[in-house]
Amino acid sequence: MNSVFKSNALEAEAIYIFREVVSQFEKPVLLFSGGKDSITLVRLAQKAFFPAKIPFPLLHVDTGHNFPETIAFRDKLVEELGLELIVRNVQDAIDSGKVVEETGKYSSRNSLQTTTLLDAIEEFKFDACIGGARRDEEKARAKERIFSVRDDFGQWDEKNQRPELFDILNGKIEIGQNVRVFPISNWTELDVWSYIEQEHIEIPSIYFSHKRKVFLRDGLIWSHSPFVYQEEDEQIEERIVRFRTVGDMSCTAAVESYASTIAEVVGEIRQSTISERGARIDDKRSEAAMEKRKQQGYF
Amino acid sequence: MEVLKIATAGSVDDGKSTLIGRLLYDTKSLTTDKIEAIEKSSKQKGYDYLDFSLATDGLVAEREQGITIDVAHIYFSTAKKSYIIADTPGHVEYTRNMVTGASTSQVSIILIDARKGVIEQTYRHFFINNLLRVKEVIVAINKMDLVDYSEEVYNKIKADFEALNAKSSFKEQNVSYIPISALTGGNVAQHADEMPWYTGQSVLEHLEALKSSDVYESAQARFPVQTVIRPKTQQYHDFRGYAGKLYGNSLQVGDAVTVLPSLTESKISKIHFFDKEYSEANAGSSITIELENDINVTRGDMIVKSNELPTIEKDINTTVCWMDSKKLVPGTKYLVQHNTNRILAKVDAIKSVIATDYSGSKEANQLAINEIGEVTIKLSKPLYFDAYDKNKSNGAFILIDTSTNTTAGVGFIK
Repeated sequence: MNSVFKSNALEAEAIYIFREVVSQFEKPVLLFSGGKDSITLVRLAQKAFFPAKIPFPLLHVDTGHNFPETIAFRDKLVEELGLELIVRNVQDAIDSGKVVEETGKYSSRNSLQTTTLLDAIEEFKFDACIGGARRDEEKARAKERIFSVRDDFGQWDEKNQRPELFDILNGKIEIGQNVRVFPISNWTELDVWSYIEQEHIEIPSIYFSHKRKVFLRDGLIWSHSPFVYQEEDEQIEERIVRFRTVGDMSCTAAVESYASTIAEVVGEIRQSTISERGARIDDKRSEAAMEKRKQQGYF
Repeated sequence: MEVLKIATAGSVDDGKSTLIGRLLYDTKSLTTDKIEAIEKSSKQKGYDYLDFSLATDGLVAEREQGITIDVAHIYFSTAKKSYIIADTPGHVEYTRNMVTGASTSQVSIILIDARKGVIEQTYRHFFINNLLRVKEVIVAINKMDLVDYSEEVYNKIKADFEALNAKSSFKEQNVSYIPISALTGGNVAQHADEMPWYTGQSVLEHLEALKSSDVYESAQARFPVQTVIRPKTQQYHDFRGYAGKLYGNSLQVGDAVTVLPSLTESKISKIHFFDKEYSEANAGSSITIELENDINVTRGDMIVKSNELPTIEKDINTTVCWMDSKKLVPGTKYLVQHNTNRILAKVDAIKSVIATDYSGSKEANQLAINEIGEVTIKLSKPLYFDAYDKNKSNGAFILIDTSTNTTAGVGFIK
């Protein structure tokens, strides 16, 4: 056997980060949404520790408003890889009165996830939460460190972040603090899709072209669903769409698309002139929407 | 795909954001909704041009004050390469941010305002690029449109910069000079018709032509062990793999190796990446290694070729860039993190503060935030290192404050 392993720089970096996490922290967890970024994280974690199993559980903060396709996919993946899955529900925080459901036209459970996430961190004493956020997604995320320290209220102090030099990652924290870890910080949307294509990674069907009942609002295509508030004059129609990013149904808009294979999706993204988060309703609230949510503990 | 990391540093006025905006625009990396957001924001502020800095300055405080206060990461790609720009502010009070940006970059773009020429800030940027041994430096002489695209102005600045370059201790560095107008796009991606006297490459052409072998320095192979993989399953009952990222050079199955600090000798029996075995792995790969003998190897250990041992010492001479508001003073204890190894250490002495404008160094007994100085450090256990000049990955370390846990400084071993 005479074979030279030539690495892919972004993949090597992500694997390096995963290995630092298990070495520097006692109770890491991977935040899993069922979206393509967290699915990519699972593949990278598999590679980092093979032939051992992924040495940490997955945590899904379920808004209760997820696409059913995502949930089915999640359960199948966990089963196949023999992973441990922890699910915590936003509904529980609403029922116990800890958070109040938003009402009105733009209501979403997206920002309510923060409370459930912070409660789960406290419940399981997680000290490192691995997430699939990328710096190219959004301008506040462009400033995020790979190891991003949060205080015991889960807050991000964006003006006082630890410098990160070379490959050296400093994960030293006090008890009660936790670190958010972003192994694919330096990947772009296209990098993720190209990787999914190259690795033949399975992803939920909603990423591919399908027929869906939708309605139009503010130039975006919203899913028709009992979870999404709809005005009487907003008419339901059927369109051929797919999703570029998958949050829950109330904060993710669809795009019209005929891309039904990964190769077609990659081709479409190369041509696209709309950014990925252009279809994220949660980011449209204000120019600093993401920064504000992150300060409060959003992932 | 090949990834090229670029560091930029500069102030608002020298057109850095405009250059980055141009690169994004000309490579069609700016999406319509982002351009629309920039247009909306520029209009609100009453500008009659597109303010690309609004695309790069991410924090509310930065947008309010119109400055870049942290390292921002900006991404664009061509058919050939993925580019990552680490964009940092240029003022002296952000020296630490510039050092941070340069630490992960293979190429640095130093912007000069053609009307102002080589100024103090230029010295500082170049000094940092030398200290960190950034192999490729592009000197972009910007705002050529405001000096009538004058060849003389370009030649004068180039000569001034070459005089500066003569003082550099890093002779392997490649310095290229490109006259540009970020505002009109001249020589950014396309060639500028207004400067027929310039026959070299545009900034983008230059970046596209760089091979990653041109920008990495090769050195002796170093394999810091991150974690030991022991599946303890039926199938892999006796598997014991050392996981880490390989730096400097390649390793092959059969190589005679030494494990540090124990100095135990062995041979590489297998190199794994995921579910495949390879006979050789290149520098930069995150792999898992198996050794012939069953020896004790843990996180923080380092595997090297037996005929290429690093220096093993408890006292180190270093250059430190200080990053914490609490000053560095002799006698204090810090944790040294060097690769995957952490050792408690004491600051022995601070010898001098080095001026970043090449005016030399002066005696000092402490280092304040953003100062760079010569520091000797005593470690509680021996460190296995190379001089930063010989082997970047194995010559750099950070200092962690044991009470706040923050990364208080970065050091380069001599």
